[in-house]
Amino acid sequence: MSTPTTPLWEVFIRSRTGLAHKHVGSLHAADATLAVQAARDLYTRRGEGTSVWVVPSSAITASDPADKGMMFDPADSKVYRHPTFYEVPDDVGHM
Amino acid sequence: MYAQSLNQQVEGTTGPEDAEAAARFQARIDAEERIEPNDWMPAAYRRTLVRQISQHAHSEIVGMLPEGNWITRAPSLRRKAALIAKVQDECGHGMYLYAAAETLGVTREQLVDELLAGKAKYSSIFNYPTLTWADIGAIGWLVDGAAIMNQIPLCRCSYGPYSRAMIRVCKEESFHQRQGYEIMLTLARGTAAQKAMAQDALNRWWWPCLMMFGPPDAQSQHSDTSTRWKIKRFSNDALRQKFVDATVPQAHFLGLTLPDPALRFNEATSHWEFGEIDWSEFKQVLAGNGPCNRDRMAARRAAHANGEWVRDAALAYAAKERARAAAAAGAA
Amino acid sequence: MYTGSITVADTPLLRYVLGRADDALVLGHRLSEWCGHGPLLEEDMALSNMALDLIGQARALYTYAGEVEAAGRDEDAYAYLRDVTSYANLLLVEQPNGDFARTIVRQLLFSAFIDPYWRALMASTDPTLAAIAAKAEKESAYHLRHASEWTVRLGDGTAESHARAQRALDELWPFTGELFTMPAGERALIDAGIAIDPETLRAPWRATVTRVVERATLTLPADGWMQRGGREGRHSEHLGHLLSDLQYLQRAFPGATW
Repeated sequence: MSTPTTPLWEVFIRSRTGLAHKHVGSLHAADATLAVQAARDLYTRRGEGTSVWVVPSSAITASDPADKGMMFDPADSKVYRHPTFYEVPDDVGHM
Repeated sequence: MYAQSLNQQVEGTTGPEDAEAAARFQARIDAEERIEPNDWMPAAYRRTLVRQISQHAHSEIVGMLPEGNWITRAPSLRRKAALIAKVQDECGHGMYLYAAAETLGVTREQLVDELLAGKAKYSSIFNYPTLTWADIGAIGWLVDGAAIMNQIPLCRCSYGPYSRAMIRVCKEESFHQRQGYEIMLTLARGTAAQKAMAQDALNRWWWPCLMMFGPPDAQSQHSDTSTRWKIKRFSNDALRQKFVDATVPQAHFLGLTLPDPALRFNEATSHWEFGEIDWSEFKQVLAGNGPCNRDRMAARRAAHANGEWVRDAALAYAAKERARAAAAAGAA
Repeated sequence: MYTGSITVADTPLLRYVLGRADDALVLGHRLSEWCGHGPLLEEDMALSNMALDLIGQARALYTYAGEVEAAGRDEDAYAYLRDVTSYANLLLVEQPNGDFARTIVRQLLFSAFIDPYWRALMASTDPTLAAIAAKAEKESAYHLRHASEWTVRLGDGTAESHARAQRALDELWPFTGELFTMPAGERALIDAGIAIDPETLRAPWRATVTRVVERATLTLPADGWMQRGGREGRHSEHLGHLLSDLQYLQRAFPGATW
């Protein structure tokens, strides 16, 4: 007999105040409360966290890798969005 | 690591289009790009990874048992705390690895069922018994030492979730080998009985540890494709040699003798040469005839069976809560 | 050279500190027995974390006992070289793990007591005890949360889990009376503001347990005969076996360093 599956959750941890929550991994839990507890016990045992988010893995919608070209390549040519595109004489100082 | 729901199984479709996709895939690997879960990948790459990552995960979980055998008997509170933390880390590492495997479209439950049905492998080293406290030192020093040799190159494995799991594992495991060596050093500097205990443990664990790197390169089944796919970056023999070269001086520092009369330093190559490995023993342990194969599987099966009603209870409660929430929303 | 069991000085403060340390060590030891055998991997992690918290508390308390006794003894001397009748832990914490329900209910009954106990002890006039309590309180608060959530899921899960949780509650209930007993000599410590009168925690403990038990759809057992004796060194048979594992190496190789 196969074991019934327990839902999968994605775990996000804020490592320090002021930083964003970052994806650290996943775990299995029957509900959100147990998922938060399990995330604390698995992913913060070396003082890695000050806050935990858990999200059901099934709730994530991802971009399709086949669309990678159309999704992300057009941004590559917009060099004028970066400060290094512009020339300011050294004499002006830091800007 | 990632939602398994993102994965689309592409098994079994072979055609001219796939040959083109396979070439693009290999080009990405050659360019040291990481492959991510929802990227196209050859079915064999996926199968190889599921097999390797799940075996690795099973090894971490089964690996809790030989060391867990001494948690209640650790000789000081400091040692007890360190050992619990170490065995607990192994559980965590098993979980990271199962999660990495799950990104390939399998579930942890499926993988565990395969292990418990005797269809999946785990590292043979955990089929040896821990007879004395010195075995805890020897495992940390030698088994973890050997595992680290294997795992560090895996941090650069081509499959993103596996490589990220290994980075976390390697970072956390950095204390494991030191913990083991400290135990050995304390015993080696202790009473005559303690030193004898340390020597006995080294005698029993040395050869099985050399076998951990797998069969000699000439006989290895999976190495060629794994190397091409950058799942494996060093050969079994190269890693084994690296381990021997690193470990022999550590044993000498302890004042212990390695159980290999053929061991000698080759000045020309700067490598330690070692004697013949008894591969018939390795094959026997792999075939299920090691001293503890049956005990290890029995322990995992018992934990799984005894936990069934707990897992069922948690799922049943979650279903009730959803129903109650739906009823409340309907009533409002 | 044979070094047998040690005999510690019998002063109220030392006895008090050792009792709290023994509670933490014995319960931590029990939880550590789960490592590698939990019902799901996530709970192997959780139970091991709690074991580590408790063993950490025990170490801090034994170390303080060494200072109080001033006989040159370290944490391990108290943990490894005292015989079963010198151990002063509650009977509740030495009860075997049983199934997961029994372990969780034992954790609930103890944590619901020790968490407010540590919180109160943070105001102790003894600064070392106050500092230990401040650290331990955060840990026990999480233990209480974890045990409560699981008690609710087991009680309100399946028919089987409900039956197991109720049986665990019924079987462990007779060990809860001892939470509120006060060994001889402790009155003076309470009057001096060093220790806490456990009787003051009876109502809050009962309120916490009742709240969880009701959420779990379980039935609070009636208060019948209560077992006691742990604080005076009269234990169940289980503790001797626990100590023969715990103390094995120190007893087999007297005087060795590990």
